[in-house]
Amino acid sequence: MHMVTLTKGVPDFREGKVSFDEDGHLERGKTPTVMNPNDKVALQAALQTKVKHGGHVSLLSMGPPGYKEVLQEGMADVYADDLCLLSDREMGAADTWATAMTIATGIEMLDEEPDIIFAGFKTADGETGHTGPQTNWCIDINDELTDRPLITHVISLDIDEDTNTVRAKRLVEGDVSEIETIETDLPAFIVTDPEFEANYRRAEHRLRYKDLREQTQERAAALDLDEDVTVWDHEALNLDPDFIGLDGSPTIVSGVDPIPKGPSEREARVVTPDDEDGMEAVFEELNAFAAGD
Amino acid sequence: MTEYEHYEAVVVGAGPGGAAAAAALAKQGIETLVLERGADAGAKNVSGGLIYAEEWAPYTIDDLFPGFREAAAERPVEEYYIHNIAGENVKTFDLDRIHHRGTEWCDAVLRRRMDSWLAERVHEMTRETGGGLLTDVRVNGLLREGGTIVGVTCDELDPIEADVVIAADGVNSELARDAGLMDWDDPDDWFQGVKAVVDMEPEVIDERFDVRPETGSAHLFSGDLFDGVRGGGFLYTNEDSLSIGTVFHLDSLADERAEPHELLDSLLTHPLLDQWLQGEYEEREYAAKLVPDSKRVAHPSPHRGRLLLVGDAAGQMQAQGPIIKGMNHAVTAGGLAAEAVAEAQTRGNVRAAGALYEQKLEDEGVMKRLRPRRYRATRFVSESRPVNRLGRTLVNSRLGAAGLKLFDGLLERSFNSPFVLGMIPDTKMTYVTIPERVGEVLGDPVDGESRVEPPELDDRIGDLTYDVDDPHIEVLDDSFEASGTAVTACPVSAEGFGGGCYREETVQTNGEAERKVSLDTQPCVECGTCAVVADTHWEHPSGGKGVQFEQG
Repeated sequence: MHMVTLTKGVPDFREGKVSFDEDGHLERGKTPTVMNPNDKVALQAALQTKVKHGGHVSLLSMGPPGYKEVLQEGMADVYADDLCLLSDREMGAADTWATAMTIATGIEMLDEEPDIIFAGFKTADGETGHTGPQTNWCIDINDELTDRPLITHVISLDIDEDTNTVRAKRLVEGDVSEIETIETDLPAFIVTDPEFEANYRRAEHRLRYKDLREQTQERAAALDLDEDVTVWDHEALNLDPDFIGLDGSPTIVSGVDPIPKGPSEREARVVTPDDEDGMEAVFEELNAFAAGD
Repeated sequence: MTEYEHYEAVVVGAGPGGAAAAAALAKQGIETLVLERGADAGAKNVSGGLIYAEEWAPYTIDDLFPGFREAAAERPVEEYYIHNIAGENVKTFDLDRIHHRGTEWCDAVLRRRMDSWLAERVHEMTRETGGGLLTDVRVNGLLREGGTIVGVTCDELDPIEADVVIAADGVNSELARDAGLMDWDDPDDWFQGVKAVVDMEPEVIDERFDVRPETGSAHLFSGDLFDGVRGGGFLYTNEDSLSIGTVFHLDSLADERAEPHELLDSLLTHPLLDQWLQGEYEEREYAAKLVPDSKRVAHPSPHRGRLLLVGDAAGQMQAQGPIIKGMNHAVTAGGLAAEAVAEAQTRGNVRAAGALYEQKLEDEGVMKRLRPRRYRATRFVSESRPVNRLGRTLVNSRLGAAGLKLFDGLLERSFNSPFVLGMIPDTKMTYVTIPERVGEVLGDPVDGESRVEPPELDDRIGDLTYDVDDPHIEVLDDSFEASGTAVTACPVSAEGFGGGCYREETVQTNGEAERKVSLDTQPCVECGTCAVVADTHWEHPSGGKGVQFEQG
């Protein structure tokens, strides 16, 4: 089984890591870049497939050379057999369409066509959720690659090697959330839901998971970013610069407005417990709530 | 359906018994899977804290795990004392002889550190055989086929078949109970221990205990500081902490409606401890555990079909007066169980493993230590016997006092005699009356007064780490008569305290007030006390859930 997981580097939005300027703009230089958290979920799905059925997990991204560390993070925190980065100035400032075109071509370049391509549910910065499905559309129009069904919002996954099929549960959110089960032939394109959970009910699988986690951590720690990450530029991918990056992006961003902070409607007043009159007033205020008014 | 997985051996529990069994099985090339319910091995384990290597034992922990003492143990115990306490009078006996008798070495340990180290070695060894060690997996019962045990069932995994199952799942072994080999019926069969791990800098330990760096001492306490509850206290030196605890007969604890945490505080605040604590007290962790009384419950035939019990699960915990040995017996039993499995397998009849194991426990001298015959002869001496009452009167009399004075040296010798200790009946006289009189008649008042304030129970509970899941204990009969003892005996509950597991409530029904008991399993330390003293359906939480001890 050959699997590819797609990923992107995003600003680390966690408290204490992210930094904003006075106007509320993200300070890109002061905020570290990390692997998009939803992509780690997708990578867990790839790891589960490898644990249960063997095979090979590639982790692929498009971005600046610094993304090599993002790939390394994926290898250390989840799993990867090899790392591949599509990187070139010409690819910069791509929208989701140009990105999907580039990635589909990158997938075409791999030694072996993947049985399953995994992508995470939207990135933490762009939040479009388009790149995965659009990549599959680009695969559809690419004559070198096999068309494959797209299954999104996947929360659990089982593969039957004998019939070469995949059975996936999807979380369909509507007025009432429903779980839909889909069965389809491989190869397939799978977008995991953040609720996806790897599922290991056999001891042998948990033991293999433990082995693979140990191995991937060791390999990630010993990784030589110059040697061990495959990097392809637009020439290697044989892509026309007019169709990738900013030039290849039909999306026009007309402007960006920061979301203004909502004015607080509450007023705060400090009352010390020693202030008898103040406390009296506090109780007065609370009385209405205590009475359920 | 996919068929069940199969392993040659499944070991349940990665404490010292399970680790020893797994290591010995792996050495024989037997495919061994170890299942541990803690998120980390040691996260569910508590012990007073001394592990012995005894000369007679065919398996010791450092034989099976070279480098154990350096990597996983705290300080080796070089000095061993018992303090007989009567009020502020204390008479100290040196127990050096009994301690060192037949002892190769004895180290203090903290279980989280120890067990997690062992588990890493066990995983490496068993992985070579095609098995391995998994944490976060709770085995919840035996897999049977037509009434025959053929494997185990788990919360987190599909059922697993095995040629042999070694249950080293501790004092509250669900497998031993599933097989009908152990029960939770009689408080007389159990001790309950509570323990505080207390911070102390290594140099401060060296100085206050007057020990060489990286060596330690052990102190036992008995007498009248526990309000007549039968049991005693202990203090062991670790590398940079102290383990201070108390162990009581559960029946006595239950009858006296004593609060375990208060009894621990009585020890902590006794002026005798001031020489060591000197007013400084920072508690790292509060923990509790049931301890089987091997004299009564060490199972003479700890196996059924393909199931073999090891360690606490089989009641293999030796507590006779100042001799408190559990982990070493678990290690020996684990080794012997593995040996039996390997032999039975060679003979082509793995089902004979249980009988072989039983034979080995007998032949190697494990059983005679766990259930001494001499004790069997004296155990009829119970609290109510006239002879005991006579003894108490005598000891308390002036004549008795004279005798004690006369036999001061002899007394110290008898505390050091395994023969006498093997005969000690578990009555108040031996635990309380004699030590108290010894302290009173022979002892000197201690100088110093206690300046420590142990934390309140809710702080102790608040400092523990829990990953709470669904309630794992159900009260079957919530009347006060049936389950009220749990309010006091549970180490994280107390009368008039609302933040613990068990609470007493008065419920008005049809104009009549009824005393009821309610349970909140949130702060449960999984000791199993309420399984014995209350009417409950008691299970362990699922893998990785429940309390997580950092020290243990």
